[in-house]
Amino acid sequence: MTSLLAASGPSLYWYLTRSTGAMALLLLTIAIALGVIDVQRWSTPRWPRFLVDSLHRNVSLLAMLFLVLHILTSVLDSFAPIGLADTIIPFIGSYRPFWLGLGAVAFDLILAVIITSLLRQRMGFATWRAIHWLTYASWPIALLHGFGTGSDVKSTWLLLLSIGCTAVVVGAVLTRVLAGWPANLRLRSAALGGAGAFSLFLLLWLPNGPLGSEWARRSGTPSSLLPHSHLSTSGGR
Amino acid sequence: MSHRVRINPIKCEAHGMCAELLPERITLDEWGYPLLDETPLHGSQVEHAIRAARACPTFALLVERERSARSGRARAPVPG
Repeated sequence: MTSLLAASGPSLYWYLTRSTGAMALLLLTIAIALGVIDVQRWSTPRWPRFLVDSLHRNVSLLAMLFLVLHILTSVLDSFAPIGLADTIIPFIGSYRPFWLGLGAVAFDLILAVIITSLLRQRMGFATWRAIHWLTYASWPIALLHGFGTGSDVKSTWLLLLSIGCTAVVVGAVLTRVLAGWPANLRLRSAALGGAGAFSLFLLLWLPNGPLGSEWARRSGTPSSLLPHSHLSTSGGR
Repeated sequence: MSHRVRINPIKCEAHGMCAELLPERITLDEWGYPLLDETPLHGSQVEHAIRAARACPTFALLVERERSARSGRARAPVPG
């Protein structure tokens, strides 16, 4: 398997790490949407609650699988100097350290959420739920990691996917915030403000950030990997 | 050795997942809280009962193993 991948050139890992990253974004988004549908206790006779619950679980595990593939292929790809430690310990790498580090933070958070969910029966309900709330922090961090390191950020399909996923997650947060409003007024206001501030930040940051010029250099790509300035500045590759 | 389902009414928040997964033994009252048939489970129901207990969002449903009177030990929860 390894020799087959190596034989067909280093770019196969690069294709894999991009596609698994995009799949992970999509699956994490679906997992969050299902989680909110689950916690809102939505059900119909044809679509009972345990179905939503099992789907939420299985989609989350599938997302984890894609995250692991995404990480392994990014390490195996020889173009970007990414070590295994860089993908777990944030901000220590040499390739776009801040933006790769956000990916490591998101992965660590998601790992904690998944492990505590698998061991749910062995821990207290309150502890499990407190850790499960980290999901809401992990998703925007993972999205920023995608915008900061992604080679496809300027392509329409990934931009549309990212915008669509953001809309779904913001919608999920709004659904949860507005249900039962105004109990826990402070917490719900914070969630509302957070979702709004994040959306506004994306709108202001993207045009001059990853969608602007020279992002590969500004995001911390090692200069040896950058194309010469009179050539393309689109993605560092 | 026999198994029974039991409910912890303090933990239960009427999610109703248990009644979906073990309708043979659990029905819901008008407020969505479970009404249990706590007689010993039939062999094939134990697996479904354990699945229902695992699905309970608040860990309120228990499947308890009850050994025969002679063996001395009373009730022990089945590991989830």
